[in-house]
This record gives sequence, structure tokens and C-alpha cells, in this order.
Amino acid sequence: MTVTLFDYPFMVNALRAGTIVAVVSGAMGWFMVLRRQTFAGHTLSLVGFPGAAGAILIGLSPAFGYFGFCIVAGVIIAMASPPVGSALYSEESAVIGSVQAFALACGFLFVNLYHGNLNGLTNLLFGSFLGITNGQVLSLLAVAVPALVALGLIARPLLFASVDPEVAAATGVPVRSLAVAFLLLLGIAAAEASQITGSLLVFALLVLPPATAQVITARPLLGICLSVVLGVAVTWAGLAMAYYTPYPTGTFITTLSFAAYVAARGIRTLGARTGTGPAPMREALT
Amino acid sequence: MKQTRLDTSFDASTSAEVIQTRGASVRFGERRLWSGVDLAIGPGTFSAILGPNGAGKSTLLKVFLGLQPLASGTVNVLGAPAGAARRRIGYVPQRGGFDRTIRIRGIDVVRLGLDGGRWGVPLSPLRARRTREAIAEVVDLVGATQYANRPIGELSGGEQQRLVVAQALVRHPELLLLDEPLDSLDLANQAAVAALVQRICRERGVTVVMVAHDVNPILPFLDQVVYVAGGKAVVGAPNDVITTETLSALYGARVEVLRATDGRLVVVGTPEAPALHADRHAG
Repeated sequence: MTVTLFDYPFMVNALRAGTIVAVVSGAMGWFMVLRRQTFAGHTLSLVGFPGAAGAILIGLSPAFGYFGFCIVAGVIIAMASPPVGSALYSEESAVIGSVQAFALACGFLFVNLYHGNLNGLTNLLFGSFLGITNGQVLSLLAVAVPALVALGLIARPLLFASVDPEVAAATGVPVRSLAVAFLLLLGIAAAEASQITGSLLVFALLVLPPATAQVITARPLLGICLSVVLGVAVTWAGLAMAYYTPYPTGTFITTLSFAAYVAARGIRTLGARTGTGPAPMREALT
Repeated sequence: MKQTRLDTSFDASTSAEVIQTRGASVRFGERRLWSGVDLAIGPGTFSAILGPNGAGKSTLLKVFLGLQPLASGTVNVLGAPAGAARRRIGYVPQRGGFDRTIRIRGIDVVRLGLDGGRWGVPLSPLRARRTREAIAEVVDLVGATQYANRPIGELSGGEQQRLVVAQALVRHPELLLLDEPLDSLDLANQAAVAALVQRICRERGVTVVMVAHDVNPILPFLDQVVYVAGGKAVVGAPNDVITTETLSALYGARVEVLRATDGRLVVVGTPEAPALHADRHAG
């Protein structure tokens, strides 16, 4: 069964690309969920859509559009927002919402100008796992590795700045610069994921596995690892299921991620209610 | 007994001050917050910064941390200009408690105080063991071992406060700055956290400066009081500063200091008298 799955180069490339994207999303997403920046992440994913549409319009590879737009939008949101944790935090959502509305309008315009086929639009929004070339896999990897190394370098100060910004600042941690750097990395993660899952289904990998991991454990390192493992697992399972059925991959990945999240929350709530579950679960995992 | 403790600590403080300001003033734009503040805080002493809301108590603490520049005057902390010795200072800011849903353990919050500022990924197993031991030691010191492994958002205000004190202590600072750590705690927890800070001060020789809204929970432990009001500050022993005469002169208006039979002080006549806010802690 697996032999058949790996027999086709397009499936191998789909698995490779999916794995890269799942790992990056799982790690970045964990910090995003912790920092309550899912709305920013959502917007960064959507911004990839006009980026890619614009790139196609002027005859470039959509990858340029994804990365260019997501990174620029990440920096704009970071610069225009007050520091996380400050009383002005709510203002950030207004800035993000504005960026999102404008980005979607641009995307719609670009698609109209292109007079393009609607199939292309569906791929931009809902992704395509088929027809991923070796070059695409390599370009995903070439961006993913430095992004993950950068995240590793800033991981501890970023955790400090996310959980306890005031003390972090008093200790000399550059809280503001870290916020900018993180949105930049989040933009990269969103751009990577968008190319595979499409702009609308990015959250299947960027939010659901990290959120599930945080429901299961409050240990930072274990949480990040769990988030990555969950992301890779649903991607592989989703690809396999799509391979043997006529339904799209994105649907399976999203459904599996969602099911894992609901199951994790359900078990937690049930455990907390009966009083039997949480004690061993807490001992082992939190 | 209170009096004897006061005397010994003041003798020790004459050698080398932990914090010293001369003619310090802070200005926000056109508005002068306070000026002409001269104070000296000796090693191993327990001082409180008191005063009405908006008088600039927390700002004074931020001056010590080097986070708030002075408009004029000088400030020396641990023998260096403020901000230079940041790593030798433990800081507990004023905060409304951690988000209830935040999924991070108490022990992780403590650990951030130790290596949260370090770049890169920790790889050395030797250092990992030392880190674990340092955290376990300080968590035990504040009496939080039982619940330190639970997510911090699920803990009570008193439990969270013990853990953030542990976070501030984990690097063995010489100076501990706390901004209203007793605010939002019930009376029993106020007494317990105050006693914990006092114990750290006496047993470990850590110099403590605490911004307080209500002086009474810490009154028996205090060596020195910095009372900020009316754009000025008075510094001295609690019994000398918290008096009708001194505070009336500071406020420039008649205020009255009353002593209850149990020793608690109540300042009346000011719109923002510290002890009058005890009702806030009922909930």
C-alpha cells in the first residue's frame, strides 16, 4: 500500500513539501497561539492570495508573491501595532483587520485583471498538492531551514517576551524587536504553507496542531515537538486518504486537524469533570 | 523589637548604599512628577515606597531599573548608573495576574527569570541539570513546590505571586524590586507573601524595595519608608515618616495619621489614603 503511495514522483514531492510546511507551521504556530496572534497569522495567510495573484498577473512565479506579500505585511503589522501585552493590544486587531481587508480587495482585483481561469483561483485559496516540482520542494526547504534556525535562536527570549513582556523588557530582552522578528517569521511560515494548502486552509497546519498541542501539554519544548508531530501526521494521513479517494487533500488535512483538536479538548473537559482523568494526565504531560 | 532592628540596619547602610539618588526629578513632557528626591537604601534593608495613586511610586522603581530616565539629578544602583546592573536586580512588576488560559507551567515562568534572556537553544546536559536544581531550590524557597508544575493561569493570585517572586529570585539578585505585589491578594495571602519577602530579605541578605498601596501588611518588617506625594518625597524610618506632622507638610494639607490598637496605621484626610483602600482587597 505504501509502496504504491511512494511510487509516483508527484506523491513523493507532495509528501516532502507537506512535511516541510507542517514542520515550519507547527513550530511557528505554537508561538503564535501562545502569543494570541492567530488573527495576525490569519491575515498573513490571506495576504498571500493577492501576492500570488499579483505575481501571476505580472508573469512571475506565485512563490515570489507569497513570500513578498506575507513578509511585507508581517513587518507592517508589527510596526503599526503596540507591543503585545500592553493595554493598547486591542488596537492591533484594528490594524490587522485593515490590512486584511485591503489585501483581499487587491487579490480580487488581480484575479479580475488576469481574466484567469477559476481553477487557478481555487488553487490559490484552497491549495494544490499535485504537480509540486523538485524545484518547489527545494525552494520551500531553502526558506524553511533558515527560518527554523532563526526561530531556534530567538526561542527563549521570544518565550519570555510572550509570557512576561514587562519582566523581559526590564531584564534587557528586546521585546519590541522580537515582536517584529516573530511576525516576519510568521509571514514566512504563512507564505510557505499557503503555497501548499492555499490561503484559506493555512490554519489547518498553522493553528490547529499548535492549539491541540497546547491543550494536551503546558510544557514548552514538548508542546512544540507535539505540534510538529501532529502537523506532519495529519499531512501524511490527509495525503494518503486523498490518494485513495476522489476528495481534495486540503479537506482531509483540515478535517483530521480539527478532529484531533476537538478530541483533545473533549478528553480534557471530560477528565476535568470526572476528576479521574486529569491527575495522571497532568502528571505525565503538564 | 522593631526599633532595634531598625537601628542595626541603618548602621550597616552607612558603608555602601545599594541605591542612592541625589536631587532626582522626573518629568513627563511639561508635567513634573516629582523632584529633589534624595534617598539612600542600604544593603539588606527592607524599604517601602508609599504614597497616593499617580504620585509616581512605580516611576521611582523604574528609575532604579534604568527604564525611566531622570530629568535631573543622579541615581546609582549597586555601584553603577541605573540600568547597568540590571542582571543583579530581581523585578516583580505590577500585573493583573496571568491570563487564565495561558498554557505555560509555573516552573517555566520561573525558569524564564534564569535563562529567558539567552539566545539559542540550550544543549549542554550539565547546564540543564544546574538549571533544574536552581529552579527547584527557589521554588522550594517560596513554598510553591506543590503547584509549580501546573499551568500558571490555573493558579490562585497568591500562588502566582509566589512563583513570580521565585522568578525574580532565581538568579540570586542582590536587589529585589517589587511593584505592589500584595495588590489583588486577599488578606491571608497578603500576610503570607509579605512574610516571604521579609524572610528573603533577612535570611538571604537581599535588599528589598516594595511599592505598596497599603503599608500595614509590611509595616512590622520595614526599615525605611519613601513616601512620595505632592511632587516630593520624604525618606526615613516608618515611625518618623508616617506621622501627622510629616505627611501634612508633604501633602501641603492637613492629613491625620491614626494608629489602631493593633498597630495598624490609617492615614485620613487625603483623597488617596493608602490604608483606606483596604476594602479593595476584600474580594
